[in-house]
Amino acid sequence: MTDELMIGGKRFNSRFILGSGKFSLEMVRAVMENGGVEIATLAIRRANAGGEENILDHIPKDLTLLPNTSGARNAEEAVRIAMLAKELGCGDMIKIEIIRDSRYLLPDNCETIKATKILAEEGFIVMPYMMPDLSAARSMADAGASAIMPLGAPIGSNKGLLTKDFIKIMIDELDLPVIVDAGIGRPSQACEAMELGCAAVMANTAIATAGNIPMMAKAFKSAIEAGRLAFLSKPGRVLHNGGEASSPLTGFLEDSK
Amino acid sequence: MRVNGKDLEPASRMTVEDLVLSVGHRPDRVAVELNGKIVPRSEYAHIALKEDDSVEIVGFVGGG
Repeated sequence: MTDELMIGGKRFNSRFILGSGKFSLEMVRAVMENGGVEIATLAIRRANAGGEENILDHIPKDLTLLPNTSGARNAEEAVRIAMLAKELGCGDMIKIEIIRDSRYLLPDNCETIKATKILAEEGFIVMPYMMPDLSAARSMADAGASAIMPLGAPIGSNKGLLTKDFIKIMIDELDLPVIVDAGIGRPSQACEAMELGCAAVMANTAIATAGNIPMMAKAFKSAIEAGRLAFLSKPGRVLHNGGEASSPLTGFLEDSK
Repeated sequence: MRVNGKDLEPASRMTVEDLVLSVGHRPDRVAVELNGKIVPRSEYAHIALKEDDSVEIVGFVGGG
């Protein structure tokens, strides 16, 4: 059975999107290979004098790059960063990330809706990172988003799927892929997000802060695949009271009296 | 001239390409804004820099 992830007309076999921050350049490739990653985010920053090594030299050539607009505080700055990303020549996907709040790093949905509209009209495949709010997500969908990326918890927190109920509402109500981005700290949480019906999970800090980084990438791969299979299998019902025997209740080694 | 927020004296007849190479970058690994406008890579060798120019040179780094 083929079960591909479709984003903006592009097809992927992996549902594990890797954030490439916080890794040493030597580690990045191992993480991508162990995680079976096909999409990874990158940031855009000033290239300072000295010509330090470039991350593009350390990632597999067939990887799909998803530049982010981190550093943007409003729609205008996000559009500027997206245009620079396009000029860098690595495709037309963009993850919009607009943050004005430096303490909690929560995204600004209003500015994100504006940037989504502008960048979708410019021909980008737009994937907005957002607070899980259904009406904002609908506005992003109407503005031309190709996927919606609600946060599970604050960026880098490893706190897990704190917004679970709201993400479920978005999965139920939207026709776009819903991808949990930010906050996922453990493979079990990634698995849970996939069981809920998320199209993919994005993780970065959970892997970058693990004791054995390549092994954790592998654990995330397995968890995301398991959660996807569970979702497709339609999980069984829950009994809220009492139990139901799994073994037959007849034919005991006891004569009937 | 301002380059990535720092003052720099442009060499005479320095092009965008000269600048990018002089700060140690491969032209195909950066994007350049000159006075707020993106310079297409094919133009790097043809645009000469002036003293009052403001240049941003950016590239990809790891990031979530």
